[in-house]
Amino acid sequence: MIPAAFEYRRPSSVDEAVALLAADEEAKLLAGGHSLLPMMRLRLARPTTLIDLTALRGELSYVRDDGGVAAIGAMTRHHDVATSELLRRRVPLLAHAASMVGDPQVRHRGTIGGSLAHADPAADLPAVALVLDAVLVLTGPSGTREVAAADFFHGFLETALQPGEMLREVRVPIPAEGHGWGFVKVNRRAQDWATVAVAALLERDGAVVRRVAVGLANMGTTPLRARGVEEAITGRGEDGIDAASQRADEGTAPASDIAASAEYRRHLARVLTARALRQAFS
Amino acid sequence: MSILGNRVLRIEDPRLLTEGGTYMDDVPLEGAAHLVYVRSPMAHAAIRGIDTGEARAMPGVIAVLTGADFELPSDPPMGGGDEAMSRPTLARHQVCFAGQSVAIVVAQTRAQAVDAAEMVMLDYDHLPAVVDPEAAAEGAPYVHEAAGTNIVREFGELDPAIFEGCEVVVSQRVVNNRVIASSLETRGAMATWSEDGKLTYWLSTQGVHDARNVLANALKVDAANIRVIAPDVGGGFGTKVGLAPDELLVAAAARAAGVPVRWTETRSEAMANGHGRAQVQHVTVGGSRDGHIEAYQLDILQDVGAYAGIGAFLPQLTRMMACGTYDFPRVAVRARNVVTTTSPVIAYRGAGRPEACAAVERAVDLFANEIGMDPAEVRRRNVITPDKFPFTTKTGATYDSGEYTRALDLVLDAAGYSSLRDEQQRRRQAGDSRLLGLGMSLYVEITAGGGGSEYASIEMRQDGRAILRIGASPQGQGHATVWATMVSDTLGIPIDAVTVISGDTGLVPEGHLTGGSRSVQIAGSAVAETSDLLVQRAREVAAELLEADPADIVHDRTMGRFHVAGVPSSGRGWADIAEAAAPGGLVVEHRFQAKGSTFPFGAHLAVVEVDAETGKVTLQRFVAVDDAGRILNPLLAEGQRHGGIAQGAAQALLEEVRYDADGNLLTSTFADYEVITAAELPDFQLVPMETPTPLNQLGAKGIGESGTVGATPAVHNAVVDALLHLGVRHVDMPCAPERVWTAMRDAGGRTAEVAR
Repeated sequence: MIPAAFEYRRPSSVDEAVALLAADEEAKLLAGGHSLLPMMRLRLARPTTLIDLTALRGELSYVRDDGGVAAIGAMTRHHDVATSELLRRRVPLLAHAASMVGDPQVRHRGTIGGSLAHADPAADLPAVALVLDAVLVLTGPSGTREVAAADFFHGFLETALQPGEMLREVRVPIPAEGHGWGFVKVNRRAQDWATVAVAALLERDGAVVRRVAVGLANMGTTPLRARGVEEAITGRGEDGIDAASQRADEGTAPASDIAASAEYRRHLARVLTARALRQAFS
Repeated sequence: MSILGNRVLRIEDPRLLTEGGTYMDDVPLEGAAHLVYVRSPMAHAAIRGIDTGEARAMPGVIAVLTGADFELPSDPPMGGGDEAMSRPTLARHQVCFAGQSVAIVVAQTRAQAVDAAEMVMLDYDHLPAVVDPEAAAEGAPYVHEAAGTNIVREFGELDPAIFEGCEVVVSQRVVNNRVIASSLETRGAMATWSEDGKLTYWLSTQGVHDARNVLANALKVDAANIRVIAPDVGGGFGTKVGLAPDELLVAAAARAAGVPVRWTETRSEAMANGHGRAQVQHVTVGGSRDGHIEAYQLDILQDVGAYAGIGAFLPQLTRMMACGTYDFPRVAVRARNVVTTTSPVIAYRGAGRPEACAAVERAVDLFANEIGMDPAEVRRRNVITPDKFPFTTKTGATYDSGEYTRALDLVLDAAGYSSLRDEQQRRRQAGDSRLLGLGMSLYVEITAGGGGSEYASIEMRQDGRAILRIGASPQGQGHATVWATMVSDTLGIPIDAVTVISGDTGLVPEGHLTGGSRSVQIAGSAVAETSDLLVQRAREVAAELLEADPADIVHDRTMGRFHVAGVPSSGRGWADIAEAAAPGGLVVEHRFQAKGSTFPFGAHLAVVEVDAETGKVTLQRFVAVDDAGRILNPLLAEGQRHGGIAQGAAQALLEEVRYDADGNLLTSTFADYEVITAAELPDFQLVPMETPTPLNQLGAKGIGESGTVGATPAVHNAVVDALLHLGVRHVDMPCAPERVWTAMRDAGGRTAEVAR
């Protein structure tokens, strides 16, 4: 449980962090550490340089209203996301999901940027970012660029981040007033990764769905949108939920692992999608 | 007036909560090198060679040692078996489970030792893994080829004839899942040898004296030249009884390397070494439709892991306690111990008795379900009635005292059982997807198994402080609080005028261990009797001092003084008496010998809610009656009940050691192995009940393991109860969401699909 030897750096600005990152291809950013440090202690991860972003909290920990967009600094901790007045009022799906991440210790250390950049498909926030059409702001040696969440997650723990790039901000378009949302997960213990989690966001015209997004966690190597469900429920009312939810596992490739079989995960995706949509309707 | 029975706060806590404890890894030892084990990544392999050259050349490395560097005895199978199944202290020719230690690196720092351990090159020839105990019992491949079998030993016999004439016979295969004790502090040891060959050895242990004796035998050193010290110990649960090979090797490596050596086990190492439970049971129960059980058979397959250690004894206790609280006319029990290429199985909180209770309580429920009778009623009709004590069961246990029906009624009343049944019915009729399940267990267990003895001495110093030396050493139970309370109570001095010394063979000349829920009744009785003896001795000294007959000396416990009857003004305090007793001093030494085992009992009721769509189980309520005889400190006893119930519920719902088909441990971190947390548990409703035992002056039985004995079957039965109307008869533990969902689906009951 002792990591292999590594260099430790603690930059005091994003520019400095990016320069350090660019200088060592095997470097890793420490932005909370609840996934990275256990992997290092088991020697499953062996970064040669560990770039501790704690000193960037002043620069990168914030939630602000940026004209119809909630701009969230990458170093904002889950607890701060969960308790942000702006998010609780205007993007309650994100605030709620952040309040369900891990346990209190994790939520007081782990950050939104760390979670998204780590890209564990079992994590809660990547699926939520997909549903919210979040835009991720990346900074690297050649400047800053924006990538839609839909284009960010490439595979198991793989993202659009290029060598030397770091995630600095998460930009969440604020959903329409009166939108509905739902977030449900099944896990064996409260602190566990979700066996499956489902996030839903919907806007209605009266009783009928105008716009909907359904996101799935742990149903493949990346977080996924349940496009079949979205298609089936759009233009329909609450009575369409059960039929639409049957399509929740379309196009998914869930793993069979120690927590659950793929078959059970498919079943959970259907059940939890129906529940998330019902929450979003209520 | 006695302070015993009051909620005296733990005297250990101010130190633990302010300056903090000193656990194994905190103990300073100047110049100590760090030991790290090189462990087998494979479940089963022949060792062709171990290349230590590169590792030796790594920075800071002091020594790299293999089995060839030690002359240590192998441990033959405990309780008997083929010598070919013996366990080497450090593997030499073969590894038989993933995680078995094969080499040792000693380096100046722990990080250097870990780095160098990665450079030890192992050359193996793979052998087939043997993971499934039922397959292992059938035949080849063998874990220990030369033994020609995987069965270590077998005792008892099955007897199908006992079911002749039974109106109803029900059978079920029941898995008692393999679990990990997960004490907060892992194992750890530290050793330093003096130039004249004396060993000082620190160990996170449940008993320093037992550990010392094992060291003396294995290292061929006179026990008088070994001092074993237990610092604060962060939990044991049975896993720190005796001396594990990895612990012994710390002392051997320190001698071989010529430097003081310290070792702290990592969490993943702890999870790969030493599991509990691991039985596959077949229960058969027969009786009449009026609820009378006439015959019970239990067939135990005990997976002992790669080597038969303490795990070999578990089925003996399971067999002894097989009948539980019931007066079954005919009983048959067979047990077979089988080796597999998995971690050795050792003692874990209850050690054989929870397995017995789980089997019989599941069997009684299966029988009740089959005849359509309330499980509480079936229990009432079959329990041993109070007039029959002492009662000797068909499997040879002699229960000292018990009032089983009363325990059951207390728990059911406290829970509001009949209204819970009504609510269950209401939900079933309404098609509620939140299925309600009620599960009960009525248990009896054995504590201080086989009796046993313990050492105590009390010295009254001239400053009025009493020094208690006691053989039992604690792992967080609050021993010092209880002992100090008892001494205070008997002597009539403040609790904080008592110093408790334990856990050091250099300071306490004799002792045994803390385990099997023995401490209050055995060590506690030693403290009680020694306190009485000290008062007696003080009375004699006071008589001389006051020039009176000892019979006329009054001991005033409220003031802690001795005076001549009728002349309280003549009184002398403990300090005066101690001074008068000089130079010999006022000190008594005593060994308490228990008359026999005691049998605590109780009843638990679990209320669970099962999500019909996902199979997820939520433990909603837990009501417990745990009668452990007289309770000396309800606060500490409740703490034992809380922890035990939590661990018991965890086995039923969450915990399960998993290996893949190649014998790789899949549950090697706390991310994979599901230890229960407060978030998964309701408040426990603890109902008091005390039936004193006649076997000791305190009237006390053990409470440490009641929770794991009673809670597991209560929660397990509750899950099955929630699913009965769907046609489910049994679900194996742990009742994880997918397993429950699968059981519902396979029963062909209401499908758990979204569409309704």
